[in-house]
Amino acid sequence: MAFDSSKIEEFKDIWVFCEERNGELMRTDFELISEGRKLADEREGAQLVGLLLGHNVEGLAKELGGYGADKVIVIDEPELEVYTTDAYAKAIVDCIEDKKPEVVLYGATNYGRDLAPRCAARLETGLTADCTHLDIDMNEYTDFLRKASTLDVDGTKWDMDDVNLKMTRPAFGGHLMATIICPRFRPCMSTVRPGVMQKREFDQAKADATEVERYHIEFKEGDINTQVQDVVKATKKIVDLIGADIIVSVGRGIAKDIDGGIKLAEQLTEAFGGGVVGGSRVTVDSGWLSKDHQVGQTGKTVHPKIYVALGISGSIQHKAGMQESDLIIAVNKDENAPIFEIADYGICGDLFKVTPMLIKAISEARANK
Amino acid sequence: MRIFVCVKQVPDTSGTVAVNEDGTLNRASMETIINPDDLIAMEQALQIKDETGCQVTAVTMGPPPAEGMLRELVAMGADDAILISGREFGGSDTFATSQIIAAGITHVGLQEDDMVFCGRQAIDGDTAQVGPQIAEKLGLPQISYASEITKEGNEVTVKRMLEDGYMMIKTKTPCLITCISDQDKKARYMSLAGIKHSYESPYQIFDFEELKDEPLIQPDKIGLKGSPTNIFKSFTPPQKGIGEMLEGADMKTAETLAAKLLEKHAI
Ligand SMILES: Cc1cc2nc3c(=O)[nH]c(=O)nc-3n(C[C@H](O)[C@H](O)[C@H](O)COP(=O)(O)OP(=O)(O)OC[C@H]3O[C@@H](n4cnc5c(N)ncnc54)[C@H](O)[C@@H]3O)c2cc1C
Ligand SMILES: Nc1ncnc2c1ncn2[C@@H]1O[C@H](COP(=O)(O)O)[C@@H](O)[C@H]1O
Repeated sequence: MAFDSSKIEEFKDIWVFCEERNGELMRTDFELISEGRKLADEREGAQLVGLLLGHNVEGLAKELGGYGADKVIVIDEPELEVYTTDAYAKAIVDCIEDKKPEVVLYGATNYGRDLAPRCAARLETGLTADCTHLDIDMNEYTDFLRKASTLDVDGTKWDMDDVNLKMTRPAFGGHLMATIICPRFRPCMSTVRPGVMQKREFDQAKADATEVERYHIEFKEGDINTQVQDVVKATKKIVDLIGADIIVSVGRGIAKDIDGGIKLAEQLTEAFGGGVVGGSRVTVDSGWLSKDHQVGQTGKTVHPKIYVALGISGSIQHKAGMQESDLIIAVNKDENAPIFEIADYGICGDLFKVTPMLIKAISEARANK
Repeated sequence: MRIFVCVKQVPDTSGTVAVNEDGTLNRASMETIINPDDLIAMEQALQIKDETGCQVTAVTMGPPPAEGMLRELVAMGADDAILISGREFGGSDTFATSQIIAAGITHVGLQEDDMVFCGRQAIDGDTAQVGPQIAEKLGLPQISYASEITKEGNEVTVKRMLEDGYMMIKTKTPCLITCISDQDKKARYMSLAGIKHSYESPYQIFDFEELKDEPLIQPDKIGLKGSPTNIFKSFTPPQKGIGEMLEGADMKTAETLAAKLLEKHAI
């Protein structure tokens, strides 16, 4: 049967593209499988399927079942050992055209954001980028809006039978949220922001029971038109802002003693029991910190348990990257700094004086706990 | 040899962002800028032009005022510019946009030796989808997240950034590359000769009439109506309740904060 993305009744099941690098699954895979489980439960008759590509990767499949996948399709070919857009797009598109899933999720990682648009364009379907919330069931969706929007949810008329995947994402640096649907074509596809979806408890019994299906793709001459010459790991340790529970960020406020300011931030992370140092764009543009430290619209979007902003004004681009943090503490000498509008606790003062006191007080509080 | 550079005019989110009552963006009230990654894509193209003397063509899809931006790009050093503009194109999502821009490029004609450069992503939507989607529509190999590009004959070598390092990738022209800004690369300024050229150089405007016979244009898949994705609802998040300003900035303040964090089991 020819593939036609507009024959929406032919499509079923929820798929998650599971990324593997150097023979290891990624944290986003578990987040997306966990979220996919929720969606499959909201959609009657749908199975949750993980799609695992690579070479010699079959051994990883069952672990995905432990987080909720009913089945894992493994495409294991030598051409898939190192990521190329061409090989991965061909494998995924061929498999989607054959099996017709209703929903396909990808992690909004460096590879996912390269791959998903290529697949969407070939399949002639829509794609929503960098989603932070997903629903199928309208009750779930309206519950979400009650919490996450200023809309008059109960005074609005909704089609409660709508079963489109509702993909919500921030736009314009978080000033606006938009829920996007793809009503006329299938599959509905989205990339999902890393670190947002909750990972479930791993269940060994479910892992053992996972169905694993091998799927074969034949590559022909001319299918792959890029050659990876070399993959180079950064020599310097890259800070993992996205996975961090504690982030202490510095801004232009450290200008008069840059090394001292960064040192204080490091010591404050230690006082909290470990964390990483982030920075506003100014600190990166000025070369005080390397690019991997940047928080914000053009840096990383983070959601740690505690985010401390030292000498950061709180521009909207910076806030876009950190306002979802569980708890925000700001130190700034300007009482009108916009960062205080979103801080749970604000201290108006000189960071060079306040931070050492915070280090002391927090260390002591943790020691006497 | 020609490099097409896709450039978008975007609202400047560093100013105030005005939101209409219905939750859509009040674009009219905002300043516009050239999308930052696209400026870097233009710079990358101009560096190749400096070495090879190739032609650089700026391409944008947007409302007629985008012409001013094209003039700036020519003043920077682009040879010519194309504005794709038409009522039929309005409201396009990334799928529809890439189809239209790809059709604009085939309308000019893509040669064996040509390349298409895009920015990695546009700051209004942050999708990073249009580049790869244009590549697919044009049947070109793509390399995204490029920070360095070198071309020898028809071989192109690109340093593609990863989260924790980079990859060196080789491909052949024609190909599409999306460029990222990094801290060392700054776009050049407009030159006097360029400014003069920008007032002489002809702009081509492609409207729907002009592009409708391009095989890539599917008339039922462009614009607001034809786009595969639709906005179901847009809304503003509730303002986070203003937190607490702690009194003072001394040891007592620090101890108060630590006590509050303990109470919340945050530490
Ligand atoms: C397209 C675009 C994308 C951008 N993306 C990002 C992004 O991803 N991330 C980002 O952070 N920015 C981004 N920016 C830049 C952003 O607009 C701001 O310029 C930047 O965030 C400001 O950094 P800052 O708060 O460190 O500096 P400033 O705005 O200069 O603020 C410094 C603050 O420190 C305070 N201060 C000074 N001395 C002290 C002291 N001794 N003790 C306590 N407080 C002190 C001052 O009162 C001030 O509030 C972007 C901009 C654009 C246009
Ligand atoms: N309307 C447009 N006109 C020209 N180029 C565009 C347009 N929209 C997107 N692009 C290009 O595609 C890139 C990615 O955009 P986006 O997918 O919107 O994040 C941008 O950096 C531009 O190079």
